[in-house]
Amino acid sequence: MIDFLKSVLGKEKTGSKNLAKERLRLVLVHDRASVSPHLLESLKVDLIQVISNYMEIDEKALDVQLSSDNDSVALVANIPVIKMKRTYQDARAN
Amino acid sequence: MGEVVVVTSGKGGVGKTTTTANIGTGLAALGKKVVLVDTDIGLRNLDVVMGLENRIVYDLVDVTKGNCRLRQALIKDKRFDGLFLLPAAQTKDKTAVNASEMQNLCESLQEEFDFVIIDCPAGIEQGFKNAIAGAHKALVVTTPEVSAVRDADRIIGLLEANNLRDPKLIINRIRPDMVKRGDMMNIEDMIDILAIELLGVVPEDEQIVVSTNRGEPVVLDIQSRAGQAFRNIAKRLLGEEVPLINLERYEEGLVNKLKRFLGFKE
Ligand SMILES: Nc1ncnc2c1ncn2[C@@H]1O[C@H](COP(=O)(O)OP(=O)(O)OP(=O)(O)O)[C@@H](O)[C@H]1O
Ligand SMILES: [Mg+2]
Repeated sequence: MIDFLKSVLGKEKTGSKNLAKERLRLVLVHDRASVSPHLLESLKVDLIQVISNYMEIDEKALDVQLSSDNDSVALVANIPVIKMKRTYQDARAN
Repeated sequence: MGEVVVVTSGKGGVGKTTTTANIGTGLAALGKKVVLVDTDIGLRNLDVVMGLENRIVYDLVDVTKGNCRLRQALIKDKRFDGLFLLPAAQTKDKTAVNASEMQNLCESLQEEFDFVIIDCPAGIEQGFKNAIAGAHKALVVTTPEVSAVRDADRIIGLLEANNLRDPKLIINRIRPDMVKRGDMMNIEDMIDILAIELLGVVPEDEQIVVSTNRGEPVVLDIQSRAGQAFRNIAKRLLGEEVPLINLERYEEGLVNKLKRFLGFKE
């Protein structure tokens, strides 16, 4: 209903190009990620490296995915933590 | 040694063949030696757009299969001495040519011509791979529509994966009136999304239909806005800095025209 009202009231003012641009932006997030399957793999490797400065994680169970809603895409990572480090190495500090 | 430029798009029907014919003719009009190569095997079109369909004897596949010499298959343009066409074959077998044959062909052609312009078929299959095999430079044609821009993005990725870096964008069929009322993506929107350099913007223009009917590229029509856009693109390919044509000027509404006429507006 809200969507219907929005479409009736909103269309005239904003024009359809913003909708086009928004839909393109979302579809290209997925297109680009699936065209280079190495992208998420390479991101995983980098993530592990950074997180390992702070905690010990279960690298094998680490899961990184793009998940999409109606109007947004999120990077969802599930990273099982095994152990926190007592002292952490601040990469920026040294 | 000449430059081999491939005209691609991904999505069909957005204006690759029109662009190839007009840029090629535009460069020839500027005194360059140009050959146009139609790689759309089975769907030959560049010959009719150029008005050369009655002169074809041999085609691309005849050349790669050795049925004739390269020279024999090149069709000389009616208007310019330095302009030639190598037509596609109308065979059903799209695999009649492979990438290394195309590479060899481009190498031979670039010896003799300043520009080798390759009209790519739609899609991302073998025909696309063949068309880009011998190219130094790629142009990506799109229209201001979600599907065309999406496919252009895919093509840009594939070009870069094949070491054709920095492809240049041509936005075709833009309608200033629709852009103005917010119902069509504008130039900045598309550059922002695709993140590549713009080579030119060609407006929607009825003269393209008329000129295609006649087999005379619109670039030779001094009156046509699309013709002007293609003349500018040809100059930019030669390294000249030419500002974008002012699309604003044509989108001026009747009210503003009237105001200007009555002296209310500069
Ligand atoms: N700027 C324009 N204004 C009006 N009509 C145009 C314009 N550009 C192209 N067209 C028309 O659009 C149609 C498709 O153009 P064209 O054949 O050049 O596309 P293409 O990308 O080569 O298609 P294909 O993928 O089938 O090879 C043609 O009928 C052409 O006349
Ligand atoms: Mg075509």
